[in-house]
Amino acid sequence: MSPLRLRSWLSGLRPRLVASFAVVTILAAGAAAAAGYSIARTTILKGVQDQTVLQLRDQINIYLPTMTLPPSQAALDGFARSLTGDVVAVYQGASRSRTGIDLTSVPAQLRREVATSDRMRFMRVDEGGTPVFYAGIPIVMQGADGVVKPSGLEVYTRVSLTSQQAAIDELATWAWRTAALALPFAVALALLAARQVLRPVRALNTAAGQLGRGRLDVRLQVKGSDELAQLVTTFNNTAAELERTVGTLQSMEADARRFVADVSHELRTPLAAMNAVTDVLDEDAGQLPPDTAVAARLVSSETRRLTRLVQDLVEISRFDAGRAELRLEEVDLATAITDSLTARGWTPGVDLRTELPPGIFATLDRRRLDLVVANLVGNALRHGAPPVEVRLRVEGGDIVLEVTDHGPGIREDMLTQVFDRFTKADTARARSEGSGLGLSLARENARLHGGDILAANTGSGARFTLRLPRYHRIKELR
Amino acid sequence: MAVVLLVEDDAAVREGLELALRRQGHVVHAAGSGELGLEILAANQPDIVVLDLMLPGIDGFETCRRIRAGGDLPIIMLTARSDDFDIVAGLEAGADDYVGKPVEPRVLDARIRAVLRRVGSERADDKSGPETHGDLLIDRAAMQVSKRGRTVSLTPTELKLLLELSRTPGQVYSRQQILSAVWDHDYLGDSRLVDACVQRLRSKIEDVPAKPVYVVTVRGFGYRFGRP
Repeated sequence: MSPLRLRSWLSGLRPRLVASFAVVTILAAGAAAAAGYSIARTTILKGVQDQTVLQLRDQINIYLPTMTLPPSQAALDGFARSLTGDVVAVYQGASRSRTGIDLTSVPAQLRREVATSDRMRFMRVDEGGTPVFYAGIPIVMQGADGVVKPSGLEVYTRVSLTSQQAAIDELATWAWRTAALALPFAVALALLAARQVLRPVRALNTAAGQLGRGRLDVRLQVKGSDELAQLVTTFNNTAAELERTVGTLQSMEADARRFVADVSHELRTPLAAMNAVTDVLDEDAGQLPPDTAVAARLVSSETRRLTRLVQDLVEISRFDAGRAELRLEEVDLATAITDSLTARGWTPGVDLRTELPPGIFATLDRRRLDLVVANLVGNALRHGAPPVEVRLRVEGGDIVLEVTDHGPGIREDMLTQVFDRFTKADTARARSEGSGLGLSLARENARLHGGDILAANTGSGARFTLRLPRYHRIKELR
Repeated sequence: MAVVLLVEDDAAVREGLELALRRQGHVVHAAGSGELGLEILAANQPDIVVLDLMLPGIDGFETCRRIRAGGDLPIIMLTARSDDFDIVAGLEAGADDYVGKPVEPRVLDARIRAVLRRVGSERADDKSGPETHGDLLIDRAAMQVSKRGRTVSLTPTELKLLLELSRTPGQVYSRQQILSAVWDHDYLGDSRLVDACVQRLRSKIEDVPAKPVYVVTVRGFGYRFGRP
């Protein structure tokens, strides 16, 4: 996984949910373990302390009546020996029993407290990792007068808590293990929850993507009644509304286009009749009275113009209806382009210069190529100024045909509009010889081949560049 | 020049074309429907039929098939829609050529003359005797083709196509070459004319049209006359 994808994955809902669940679980389990540990530890340690202290007190109480103050060294030793454990007996801080713990190891604070107190004191200290329990007991005596007073006799004992600590440690380990065991469950639970939330979210995401790509009929099944279900319902309603609106617009546009197609078809039959007799009018005009002759010639020429316009309309409505088809064949371009030019009476010379290298073959529709060449060159001859240059070359997998004139060029703001239907590049000339559809048709034909036509200014005229893929693979066709 | 049967249902178009063709020197019999056209055909024996495809009653395709069933009269169809489907269907029904509407009378006249020329062009320059190609006997001078002694009935276009291809057996002709040689079409001739005519020719001269031995397809280029 790349760093970027990893980052986007990490910022997703699922890892966030998993992390939240894990943190909560760790905190809860940790708190429970810590509390349990603390209580258990206190209980265990207190048990040991209480036992030690009670035992000592009982033994002291038994032995004490036999003691006289100040005690002799032997008495002190005997006293200490009579007590269970590692016990030292101290008298007035100066003499001590010969057995028992080293007094210097007893915490100074404990000794101070014992010295100033009449009650038992104890303290837990850590001696190099080993927990140790020190207890100090100041011994009080009831004097003859019945008053209880410190006897100056103190007893200290030291109990190692190693085994208890081990038990406590084991407890802690188990507490942590239990907490750790809960973690996978928490993660699994988080994944499950994430799945439940994410499944509808992902379905929505896929559906929204399809909607964006134009699949307006996409709908989702509403499950449950939570916020996600509401979101799905909203999505469905939006998609339905969008589909309805787009459907209306599309049918309106289709109606408009069909109307143009129908009108063109209807116009074609009367025009066919008129077109059939234009030659008759032209041929006989010379024998008619002058006014009638002018009228006849006008009717004849305008009928031809109208016929061309209707033919172009029919042609372009075929593109609109998606019924334009390519009839591909291997074409020798230099020959085909020369044929197109000569068929229209455009012979290379001073006004028309051609640069058509022989031997360039391409797979395309001859009729459509002819139409494009005729439109581009015709347009250059009509609107530009001579010389018009027609240049053919191969560029990578494309063939490129440039038609350049030396006229005033095209206004910059018109460069993209020249291909629009009925656009007149020169508004002063309201009517031109063309139908106003020539360049639109040329571009539709180029695009049908998977190519395009671009318009540009050279600085000394306009240039139209036709680019077509040289080898059209059949399976790429619609 | 020629006796033309024009079948066109729209009165104005019919009248216009009739006038234009008459001015080109043809004798024109006009009919407003396929049925009427077939009647006139029987009575007047025209040289060629110009047939609109969109007709009331029996349509152009059916009319075309019926004319074909009765003989090898050349047929040029008028396609109101230059829809490819119509053109292919018309050619399959047996039409020799087609002209898209709106019809330019000069184009129609040129096509009529080209079709009729096919009948006459061979005789003058051919003095060789009949040739034998497998089971086929081609007599250029007599404009006759027979297979195993039985005369094969071919339309002028089919005959011309066979004569052109069989002139140099084994040589490959591109569709464009065939179009200009047989149909006299310009540089934009429709290569489907060739394919449709080849299909019809095969159905008449080949033993198994799907496995031709006389008119062989050269994939990606055109056709050649085989040596069976």
